[in-house]
Amino acid sequence: MRRTRARTPAELVGADPEPEFRLTFDGRPIRGLPGQTIAAALWSAGILTWRTTRVHGRPRGAFCGIGACYDCLATVNGRPNQRACLLPAEPGDIITTQEGDGHAALEG
Amino acid sequence: MPHSKDDRRTPETGCAAIAVVGAGPAGLAAAVTAADHGLDVVLLDAAAAPGGQYYRSPAVGLGANRPEALHHHWRAFAELSARLAAHRDTGAIRHLTGHQVWTVERTGGGDWILHAVTGGGEEAHTAVRARRMLLATGAHERQLPFPGWTLPGVVSAAGAQAMLKSGLVLPGRRIVVAGSGPLLQAVALSLTRAGARVPALVEAAGYGAYARAPGVLAANPGKAAEAARFGAGLAGARVRVLTHRAVTEVHGDERVEAVTVSRVDRRWRPVAGTGRRIACDALAVGHGLVPQLELAVAAGCGTRPGPDGTHAVTLDEQLRTTVPGVWAAGETGGIGGVELALSEGELAALSIIREVRGGVRRQEARRAVALRRSRHRLRAFATLMGTVHRPGAGWSEWLGGDTEVCRCEEVTAGRIRTACEELGAGDARTVKLLTRAGMGWCQGRTCGFAVRELAAAHGTGQDPGGPERRPLACPVKLSTLADLAEPG
Repeated sequence: MRRTRARTPAELVGADPEPEFRLTFDGRPIRGLPGQTIAAALWSAGILTWRTTRVHGRPRGAFCGIGACYDCLATVNGRPNQRACLLPAEPGDIITTQEGDGHAALEG
Repeated sequence: MPHSKDDRRTPETGCAAIAVVGAGPAGLAAAVTAADHGLDVVLLDAAAAPGGQYYRSPAVGLGANRPEALHHHWRAFAELSARLAAHRDTGAIRHLTGHQVWTVERTGGGDWILHAVTGGGEEAHTAVRARRMLLATGAHERQLPFPGWTLPGVVSAAGAQAMLKSGLVLPGRRIVVAGSGPLLQAVALSLTRAGARVPALVEAAGYGAYARAPGVLAANPGKAAEAARFGAGLAGARVRVLTHRAVTEVHGDERVEAVTVSRVDRRWRPVAGTGRRIACDALAVGHGLVPQLELAVAAGCGTRPGPDGTHAVTLDEQLRTTVPGVWAAGETGGIGGVELALSEGELAALSIIREVRGGVRRQEARRAVALRRSRHRLRAFATLMGTVHRPGAGWSEWLGGDTEVCRCEEVTAGRIRTACEELGAGDARTVKLLTRAGMGWCQGRTCGFAVRELAAAHGTGQDPGGPERRPLACPVKLSTLADLAEPG
């Protein structure tokens, strides 16, 4: 590991990413980079919460970051229960806060 | 980083000499060693690129020119990746990326069938057949609950590291790192190098405990040098290292605003009146790692409890499990780190080669002797590490009655105590049946250790022991299960 200290992760690894794209979170446009997961795109926009729990309606977002804990479930393009920490972000993705098990919105 | 687009195949009718599950350090080392010696290998891994959790690297589209800036032991990985790419080109290794193996079964003829799901939203499934199986399934992080740990901004330490390594993102700008174990030092250092401020590294144990085993330290000078490098790195980044302390509360309304750090005694009991508030916008927390044993348990492999309080696969000197035809390497056989995983992967492959050929050449035998020697040395260090950082029994005293223990089912410590003290639950399974703790999406991966410890502390019954049983290594659709039941 290099002994350098950078201002951002991208600077640390000398990132030269492919062109960014737009996606939306609850209607708000955010930026994504090719290869980033949905959770990474949300974190880089400063968003830590994209689900409310089934019982107490408490806010949750990514926790384990490796697909094991299922805390980061999100509704992506209308499909609920997607693990945001594993699913790659795609241009135009529509992410919405998942309420509970995410099925009420579908039936509604 | 080598990638292939065309290796998502339909169910295979061929039978590989060996199936390796997991393309982390152990699985990679095993796969390339076996292929070097002419064995026909199929390597299955859930990720899109090799490396496992340890060697996670930025997605190709992020164009990282210096991915090694986020890594230790990068040279070993670069070398293994190059060998993997060469073997993929010749067809010696069939590398199935994006394949999560969810169960394994043995055929009447003694072959193994590995069932995997592929794809993201649109789940598809496939099966692979092999004469032998090597499990290098790695680990996930162990968590202990504490008041406020479900607040957004509290993330697993390994998770913060994984999100940084793969997505080049941080959960905040001022991040406290807390819990126990050597991983915390690596995480704190990575976060500071990537631009975050880490005001404190909070370690519940004390590093002085390592000195109780001077022989083990003397045999592992590399580990001592690594610790010194971490110490210097943390000091250079102005990270205060607070030992014998734990985060006992997280403050904030919708997200983390501060944490309270309290002194803990040798049993990890918080000492009243010692709490100090540290302002931060994120907390990265973890208490060591837990081997992922679902597939080993499904195959019938014996397990044993380790000094760190987790269960691991029982292995002999040849890295054979108790089931003929099944080997394991790396964290699956007990948490021990990357160097150990690299040695064990290679050693397991040599053991398989020996069995397939009925012997090995002198050069390979010599290599196996050297690898076994490093394995003994590193395993001794792992035992020491596991003992030093094993959570003390007093940790549960920092829980409030309303602290959630099971994040999926939102089950509080109070309900678990009631189940034990009033309803007579004495083991994690009974607690689960009474409260749903551990019954959610993650199948107890996150709360399992804590629930077991609480049941042992408050309950009166006998814990049946053994690892947690999860017949499916990951959630699969009912249609996938139904297809499995159909013959042919």
